[in-house]
Amino acid sequence: MKFAEKAVIMNASEMNRAIKRMAHEIIEANKGIDNLVLLGVQRRGVPLARMLGEAIKAVEGSEVPQGALDITFYRDDLSTLGPTPQVASTEMPFDVTGKIIILVDDVLYTGRTVRAALDVIMDWGRPEAIRLSVLVDRGHRELPIRPDFVGKNVPTSQREIIKVKVLEFDDKAEVVVGEVAAE
Amino acid sequence: MILKNKDVLGLEEISAEEILGVLEMASRFRAVFDRPVRSVPIMRGRTVVNFFHEPSTRTRISFELAEKRLSADIINFSSATSSFTKGETLRDTAENLAAMKIDMLIIRHNSAGAAQYLAKVLECSVINAGDGAHEHPTQGLLDIMTMRQRLGDLRGKKVTIIGDISHSRVARSNIWGLHKLGAEVTLCGPPTMVPGGLARLGVNIEYDLKKAVADADVLNVLRIQLERHSSASFPSNREYHRMYGITEDVVRTLKPEAFVMHPGPMNRDVEISSTVADGPRQVILDQVANGVAVRMALIYLLSGGDPGALSPAQE
Amino acid sequence: MEWSWQRIPSEFLVTGVKLCRRGKLGKRKGFLHVRKGRIEGLGVGIPKVEGVPALDGEGLICAPGFVDLHAHFREPGHEEKETIASGCKAAAKGGYTSVVTMPNTDPAIDNSGMIRYLIDRGREAGLCRIHPTGSVSPGLKGQGMTEFGDMVNAGAVGFTDDGMPVENGGLMSNALKYADVLGVPIITHAEDKSIVGKGCMHGGYWSARLGLVGMARAGEDVAVFRDVELARSSGAHLHVAHVSTKGAVEIIRRAKAEGLRITAEATPHHISLDHSRCRDYSPLFKMNPPLREADDVNAVAEGLADGTIDCLATDHAPHTDTEKEYQFDQAPFGVTGLETALGVGITYLVNTGIMDMGKLIQCMSETPARIFNLPAGRLEEGAEADFVLFDPERQWVVAKDDFQSLSHNSSFLGETLTGRVTATFLGGRLTWRDQD
Repeated sequence: MKFAEKAVIMNASEMNRAIKRMAHEIIEANKGIDNLVLLGVQRRGVPLARMLGEAIKAVEGSEVPQGALDITFYRDDLSTLGPTPQVASTEMPFDVTGKIIILVDDVLYTGRTVRAALDVIMDWGRPEAIRLSVLVDRGHRELPIRPDFVGKNVPTSQREIIKVKVLEFDDKAEVVVGEVAAE
Repeated sequence: MILKNKDVLGLEEISAEEILGVLEMASRFRAVFDRPVRSVPIMRGRTVVNFFHEPSTRTRISFELAEKRLSADIINFSSATSSFTKGETLRDTAENLAAMKIDMLIIRHNSAGAAQYLAKVLECSVINAGDGAHEHPTQGLLDIMTMRQRLGDLRGKKVTIIGDISHSRVARSNIWGLHKLGAEVTLCGPPTMVPGGLARLGVNIEYDLKKAVADADVLNVLRIQLERHSSASFPSNREYHRMYGITEDVVRTLKPEAFVMHPGPMNRDVEISSTVADGPRQVILDQVANGVAVRMALIYLLSGGDPGALSPAQE
Repeated sequence: MEWSWQRIPSEFLVTGVKLCRRGKLGKRKGFLHVRKGRIEGLGVGIPKVEGVPALDGEGLICAPGFVDLHAHFREPGHEEKETIASGCKAAAKGGYTSVVTMPNTDPAIDNSGMIRYLIDRGREAGLCRIHPTGSVSPGLKGQGMTEFGDMVNAGAVGFTDDGMPVENGGLMSNALKYADVLGVPIITHAEDKSIVGKGCMHGGYWSARLGLVGMARAGEDVAVFRDVELARSSGAHLHVAHVSTKGAVEIIRRAKAEGLRITAEATPHHISLDHSRCRDYSPLFKMNPPLREADDVNAVAEGLADGTIDCLATDHAPHTDTEKEYQFDQAPFGVTGLETALGVGITYLVNTGIMDMGKLIQCMSETPARIFNLPAGRLEEGAEADFVLFDPERQWVVAKDDFQSLSHNSSFLGETLTGRVTATFLGGRLTWRDQD
């Protein structure tokens, strides 16, 4: 499958601004950072959660505990799994029971990833609340799921693909829109 | 795809790359065991049949646990028919299973080749849980996983398999798998139990236990199958223990970091002395835990099916 | 006058064929003249008779009807696998006109009544001459002797417990002496069960690799050696069935050099296939003796070529599809052979240069008839007109729906063989004609 890039929606500094704003919103909504943990969805939600954590620390002066969530074993599309399932792992360095969890992902689309992520969290314990934070909301929800914190709303067609690039994996931070190109 | 075929019949037909892929997946599943909820929902709605045509407790329980931890629907089906009463042919069994539209079949059978046969006639995936004296690939994989946890890369490592190689499917799967990962395999046991024909597979054959274990990194001690030896291939348990039993005295001669494995169930004080079986040099319970993880990984990977596009929804 | 397949006249000619006689294939085209079921005349060139209908056999070889010394027709007892009638059809299709049947039916052929029954059933079928053997021991139980004399009078041509060895050496020794007076051989299924055990394939690399119990070569070698020594001490005629090991070939070669009355046969599968064929656990490669190693296959084929082994015998052993669908270790031993023997012989012996066509045909007709004293196997004036016409170059694929036998358990299913029977005649009557 070939990806043809059409346009850059957010560049690195726009991404940073959006994350800073989301950090403020999270602190505001939570009235501080007590009991708060950040959980990034593997893979690109994890660096985004780290960036959010840094932005929160810059404001509040202390660390928010962070974890990583692998949803592979919770997907609802086993038979259409990719050629090589990404090997990533869940890291849960805290007890989730009683915590307020900020679930962090890069793009919100159908909502199925978030559904799976909610199930993973429930298997680890019973948090007080789970909030959803995404860098891009591109619409086309298939499940009744709504984000609490959004970096940017991007109306898209179903054919389009949104790619969030982060320094850890892509040597570059930006958000692009593109399409599957005919080969 | 990590696994190229729809079935896992033996380590003979699996590549080193596939073995490593399975083991990597298995280690992810091992992580799930440490959570409060030890199962994941990925196999919901899939039906796995455990068809055990030969008595087995450990392997069956391990497979069952693996399937339950993947949330599959399970049917256990064991026929207590002895190898001498023929009863239903395997083809009849296979056709019945096919008509029931199952997703996967786990087969244990006393005839070598039974898993191959079913894999050929069934559309669903088949995992060989041991066929006669041929192969026992999940045991081979869990043994290799346990070795790698201790030794890392197995290239150049020396593994000595001791016991009744002739009748051992565990030995054959170990030989194929270890070879592919570059380990050096030595077979040891009484000459009546170590078929010379296997030398052609590139293994060393050493009948003297002392020499066979001297520079080994791992001893894989096989169960002596007392029930199979009506026609005297060794004089007595006592003599076997004295000549080939892994005792404290043998363990003392090992390299300091070498360790002892056993696929279970053990005949204590026949092939392995109780002090060794309960001692600090064995990794037997690691093998058991790895067994569940390896089986989860295989079931999961074989269920992945269609190597189609990653759905954009999950990108 | 025209010749018609539909109505074979009582007198006819086959012309334009190469005749194969006494171990030699004619270089020039010749003819065969049949009259009232016997060979009236034969020779090279064009016959000098007039007004006799003729068939143009251009491109075909005309040979004596084949003689099989080793077939299992399963009747009575296992008519689901084969009957005398179906076995005779299979024989006719393979070019055979005389077949020696084995006595391990259910019940066993261990008395003169059973011998007569088989011969009668063969006559009813009318497709080939049945020459039964009787069992050495009543019920093939390995204890005591059957009434050899009575059975020979009824038409038995030899004695054997084939399928099982005669384990008791004393019994074997007595059987050899006793049969010798009656002018018939003892056929030995040479196998030491205490060595072979529960083996289901040759004991070697492949059995070790596949995890199947192996049958050591020594199990056959030891048994052949014992029976050769027993034959030496009695001076009797011992016929060694289905030789499969290089050791057995060597023992027989030495015994023959010493002038012992030893004859031997080899099967088409043992001169062509080795134990690696078992690699997919297909019971179509399970037989006893088993497929051995490549050097055994070569030794047996060479033994046949140099005369150590006298003849090719099929060990035609039909089993139902169901039985051959059991797992390898549980399926019965045996494969069919009558309908593929010629093709296997040409493909694996003649076309590989191991022996020439004349010698192969002699091994399938004249020699087996001679060593068992059967009135067959020769193309000559006055003899019964038992003959076969075959195309030595015709290639065909062995297919399940192309068998006259009730069973299809051939090791050669799916293989392309060269050489196929066009027509078979028994006493001047057409018993088989290839339809395509």
